[in-house]
Amino acid sequence: MTTPSRAVTRNPEGILRFAAPQQFYPLAGTLAPWFAQAAAVLTAIGLYIGFFVAPTDFQQGEVYRVIFIHVPAAWMSMLIYLVMAFWAAVGLVLNTRLSFIMCQALAPTGAMFCFLALWTGALWGKPTWGTYWVWDARLTSQLLLLFLYFGFIALTRAIEDPRRADRAGAIIALVGAVNVPIIYFSVQWWNTLHQGASVSLTKAPSMATTMLAGMLVMALAAWMYAIAVALWRVRALILERERHTEWVGEVLEAEGRAR
Amino acid sequence: MLEVTDLACLKGDRLLFRGLALRLAPGAMLRVAGPNGVGKTSLLRLLTGLTEPEAGTVSWCGVPLRRERENFHRALFYLGHAAALNDMLSALENLRFACAAAGDEEVDEAACVRALERIGLGAQLDLPARVLSQGQRRRVGLARLFLASARPLWVLDEPFTALDVHAVADLAGTLGAHCAAGGMVVLTTHQEAPFAQPPDVLDVGRYAC
Amino acid sequence: MLSAFLAVLRRDLLLAWRGRADLLVTLAFFVVVVCLFPFGVGAETNQLRAIAPGVLWVAALLASLLALHRLFAQDHADGTLEQLLLSSEPAVLWVLAKICAFWLTTGLPLVLAAPALALLFDIEEGALPVLTLSLALGTPILALLGAVGAALTLGVRGGGMLLALLVLPLYVPVLIFGAGAVEAWLGGSGAAAHLLLLGGGLAGALALAPWACAAALRIAME
Repeated sequence: MTTPSRAVTRNPEGILRFAAPQQFYPLAGTLAPWFAQAAAVLTAIGLYIGFFVAPTDFQQGEVYRVIFIHVPAAWMSMLIYLVMAFWAAVGLVLNTRLSFIMCQALAPTGAMFCFLALWTGALWGKPTWGTYWVWDARLTSQLLLLFLYFGFIALTRAIEDPRRADRAGAIIALVGAVNVPIIYFSVQWWNTLHQGASVSLTKAPSMATTMLAGMLVMALAAWMYAIAVALWRVRALILERERHTEWVGEVLEAEGRAR
Repeated sequence: MLEVTDLACLKGDRLLFRGLALRLAPGAMLRVAGPNGVGKTSLLRLLTGLTEPEAGTVSWCGVPLRRERENFHRALFYLGHAAALNDMLSALENLRFACAAAGDEEVDEAACVRALERIGLGAQLDLPARVLSQGQRRRVGLARLFLASARPLWVLDEPFTALDVHAVADLAGTLGAHCAAGGMVVLTTHQEAPFAQPPDVLDVGRYAC
Repeated sequence: MLSAFLAVLRRDLLLAWRGRADLLVTLAFFVVVVCLFPFGVGAETNQLRAIAPGVLWVAALLASLLALHRLFAQDHADGTLEQLLLSSEPAVLWVLAKICAFWLTTGLPLVLAAPALALLFDIEEGALPVLTLSLALGTPILALLGAVGAALTLGVRGGGMLLALLVLPLYVPVLIFGAGAVEAWLGGSGAAAHLLLLGGGLAGALALAPWACAAALRIAME
């Protein structure tokens, strides 16, 4: 028996060309370092603004500065789940392998941001509220989001057959995305009944412009980081999936020679 | 009419076969051959629409399967490796359920009893499936053939396994009669069966990668 | 159109009846878990009263989770699922029939047993109908959502734990509104809002979950 290889090399025209893993692999390789550099530069600027330019908060003191990491991480964790659901839907409808790979490449980054948001939130909570954890609506739904990420990752890792893993993961990502607003709403409802407004997370009404600027720059940095890491992970997944094909052999040979 | 073009099948991350094409006209019987692991069962499952091909299309009466799934399933009878019998139900209950679940509303209990008697299980109608032998279990699945004459396309995965010589001859006769009446049969088998007219042979090994 | 639905429903109920010992295990699990709590938190009556709705709901949720892996496992193993997927009837219908039979045989006994167990926690008798109603509306949602998880993890190694991980976060809203209904009634604010939300959730789950479940089963059989 000869070495197995793919039967199909569809060659669509235009931008859709990059939906083929073979075409996307070099593109991702070219783009990822740029995004990574942008992430590094933006993080440096954001942290500089956050720690040296932004004024000390008159209520919370220096502790508040953790929001420069906390808030972008929380935003990203939610956004990434939505993006995953988007790629899952695209994959199920159009039957494109690359969409599923994108979906799976994003999940660990999303989970990481989710965990980061929870962790920094706890560190902020101790000096501010006197406790690491309160069963506040936002914290609780963030925690449940983390569980959703874990479920997705565990399911896609547990299924051996890549095709089945792709599709099963896509379904659970979509089911989760439908449930995220329901979970958020229910947790909020539960929270108001049990806790009243004793602990409020609402920020100071007027945020200094520099604080806002620092946060936005950090958010942008988180975007760049997520894109760069996802692209690298997509490359790794493509290599793993297509390791039997001729083009992967050629790519690996060329990279070996370059080294 | 069943038509397959440029079919490729991926199992795990291994490509089993590619470029496979076949046409099955009314009255034709096709035997899918090839050594173990070449993808015979995978091919049959592709033909039934249980799995989606990596490339290529399977079409029924000119319409690709994925667009006309329910219509196609009305025309199909599939017998897989597993007998689809529940151990806690009797042979008769299993057969009645199989017919009702498949959408054969017109099949009643008397017809099921007749089918089981015809295949030689008249004495085992009410025995729970768990006490049946392998050959008897196989026969319960095959009894549906007598109730599925309205379904033109029969796809049978190793139908002769575990059957005795008489049953093999009977089954070969039934399959031949179905084809003579304008039906279509696709089957795999490792043993020679006494067909009145030898079936066409498709060697999957020719398309292996 | 209904023949596959009725055939599957009748068969699953018959199978449940023939294997009724399995059903009793689910019910016994529910009872035992509920009875464990007083040992853990102390038998102080006021405290027990306060935690009762939550305890009963969490126990009911875990009991239905425990039974979930049985929903498709047998049919998957013996090839029936393959035949069902080749049925000329829409898959959504028989999936719904399987979920119905599953709820009737595992969910309904929990709903019926809950009021009796609630008495062990000295809940006000007036709250018992609310508890029963909240479980009657909530446990079908658990079955519908759980069926999607069960279909996705069919035949996967470590399926049981994975199923819990997938499904439990999705159960949280049901738990909140279910236990909340009883607490709201006890608190004097009326349970109507909670029960209406549960009813809405049930309608939504009925509309969406069978589709997702059918799609998941198709994927699992590939």
